[in-house]
Amino acid sequence: MTQPLISIQGLYKLFGPNPKKHMPLVHDGKNKDEILAETAHTLGLKDINLDIYPGEIFVIMGLSGSGKSTLIRHFNRLIDPTEGNVIVEGEDIMHYDEKRLREFRRKKMSMVFQRFGLLPHYTVLDNVAYGLKNQKVPKAEREEKAKKWLEDVGLAGYEKQYPAQLSGGQQQRVGLARALCTDADILLMDEAFSALDPLIRSEMQDQLIHLQERLHKTIVFITHDLDEALRIGDRIAILRDGELIQLGKPAEILLHPADDYVEKFVRDVNRARALTVETVMQPAVCRISSDNIDEALAQMKQQNADYAFYVEGERYKGLLAMEQLAAASAPESIQELLEESCQAVSPDSPLEEVIPQTLNHSGPLPVVNQQGDLTGQLPRDVLMEVLTGHPTEDQKA
Amino acid sequence: MSWLTEFPELSRRDLMGLRKTLDGAYRDFSREYGDTIEAFFDPLLSFLIWFEKLLIATPWWLMIAILMLITHLAARSLKLTIGVGIALFMVGYLGMWEDTMSTLSIITVCTIIAIIVGVPIGILMARSGRTQAIVTPILDIMQTMPAFVYLIPVVMLLGIGKIPGLIAVVIYAIPPVIRLTNLGIRLVDKEVLEAADAYGASPWQRLINVQLPLAMPNIMAGINQTIMMSLAMVVIASMIGVAGLGQPVLKSITNQYFTLGLLNGGAIVVLAIIFDRVSQAWAHRSQQHMGDNRS
Ligand SMILES: Nc1ncnc2c1ncn2[C@@H]1O[C@H](COP(=O)(O)OP(=O)(O)OP(=O)(O)O)[C@@H](O)[C@H]1O
Ligand SMILES: [Mg+2]
Repeated sequence: MTQPLISIQGLYKLFGPNPKKHMPLVHDGKNKDEILAETAHTLGLKDINLDIYPGEIFVIMGLSGSGKSTLIRHFNRLIDPTEGNVIVEGEDIMHYDEKRLREFRRKKMSMVFQRFGLLPHYTVLDNVAYGLKNQKVPKAEREEKAKKWLEDVGLAGYEKQYPAQLSGGQQQRVGLARALCTDADILLMDEAFSALDPLIRSEMQDQLIHLQERLHKTIVFITHDLDEALRIGDRIAILRDGELIQLGKPAEILLHPADDYVEKFVRDVNRARALTVETVMQPAVCRISSDNIDEALAQMKQQNADYAFYVEGERYKGLLAMEQLAAASAPESIQELLEESCQAVSPDSPLEEVIPQTLNHSGPLPVVNQQGDLTGQLPRDVLMEVLTGHPTEDQKA
Repeated sequence: MSWLTEFPELSRRDLMGLRKTLDGAYRDFSREYGDTIEAFFDPLLSFLIWFEKLLIATPWWLMIAILMLITHLAARSLKLTIGVGIALFMVGYLGMWEDTMSTLSIITVCTIIAIIVGVPIGILMARSGRTQAIVTPILDIMQTMPAFVYLIPVVMLLGIGKIPGLIAVVIYAIPPVIRLTNLGIRLVDKEVLEAADAYGASPWQRLINVQLPLAMPNIMAGINQTIMMSLAMVVIASMIGVAGLGQPVLKSITNQYFTLGLLNGGAIVVLAIIFDRVSQAWAHRSQQHMGDNRS
């Protein structure tokens, strides 16, 4: 795998007047409530280890107070850890002095804030250009850039307004434009879309995904909305009381929640929409490439299968049913026996799109990719189990 | 056991000795350095005299026009502008023009000095809790100590005149600017400051572009209070030779001229109202667009 862009190693954060003194308690494994009761210190983060790779959208999730904002503020050292390291592009930013850190914040990372953090006395245009102003970029140049980004987030014409004159959603987009305007590689977004109504929100999510595809930024995105996490995240980290509970791809988290906490999170998710065929399909074992009916029958009996996939190399040709083959008379060619009612499904389709097909047909659905190759099978019972929320171990792709 | 019934006082002789030593030491100090310190303030004195002469020498109608223009630019209110014009005309009509101009000049200079000295102190206080812990009690003392008490050393050092008066007024009037600058900066929204840090603002950039502008409503309120307090101090300062509306008031007290006192007091009130309304209207207007930004 490639080198991680950001690497968090053994990160602890204890809030309070004298955190160093009470760290032994944390290492003894006391939990957040116990530490608060004993020392009046709040355990913000506990032993966080994670790597973030270039170009991914990394989502951090958790309930209110679980430490999401605390964690993301360590990435650009708005908060300094009590223990542990933050390594960006192989450099430990904990060793940066003020000047170096300032340079790093100007060039490498930009941030969108939970409550916008716009400068109320600056116009929208000046707010967007703010990062460049700090870098002493000439006025004309930075305003030109800011204008362009304002257009990109759909706020052309609002340049001379002040933040207080904008709606919450518009202010958030100003915040996004400000973050993009510095051309930093890494975008930190702390609940950037929480203040938006559902319609604008999904519009912004699309915009973000689109942006990421176009600009290849690395995005660290905080949300407490799992649907949002599943929609935009390449990987998701789940925090509880400052601890990293689970880290994985969206489907892994949906299908194999690490514990009850995660389970509760994922319970209400519309799996049919959130999961794609690929994440739940099984390997297609029973592949038949022979034209001889008897050979085919023998192979199916041996593998104990009612259905088989007729293939030519990797290419999918059709589905065979045991009943049909057994009833057939010898001279018929195998091609004529292929099940016609059965359509192949694409690995990228959401499950909800393939439900009708599974209802028409009792056997497993062939999963066929764009090249026409057979990549797996989707049995009806597996689909039902996934959708009703009782996954079994053998469904790992 | 006499200390049970009588206060264990320092003996009269010791007390006298203590006072004599302190007074003597201070007198020596002022004899030694008085001239140097006076020389230090010379440029300020020249400026003060020049400014006062300028205000008095300017034809009255031009002066009223200028003040009305300033009012208009600051407040953009026709009613206020006309009101200021009428009030100033009345002050002149009742024979107090020169004194009013003297007072206006010293108040202006005092305010400028209070801002130049007070705002940086307020900024330093906001930057460190330690500085705040040291400066706050000093401000408390400055505000509660009777003004006459700190007039004494100033007069001993610099004699009677404009400069000691100015120093006394500034000492009396400066605490609000300092306090409210400190408070204003401390009250700046934390997330806005975080944004400044996250976008790599240097401490100076953060102060100039973020903290001071956002603290401005509070700083303005402090300046406003400072102006009011220096106006109140004008009468006391006139006891040590500051020309202006304070002197006729002082004369009225000693000679029991009620009307004279009332008229001059009224002129001070007119100045106070002008300063107050104009500075508030300006502050309000310049903050308008910020609206309710905590949405
Ligand atoms: N400056 C601070 N001083 C003391 N405790 C703090 C501080 N900042 C955060 N905490 C504590 O750390 C914990 C995590 O807070 P954090 O703001 O990271 O939560 P969050 O996951 O972002 O929650 P939300 O979804 O509400 O934004 C909380 O218990 C909070 O009380
Ligand atoms: Mg938060």
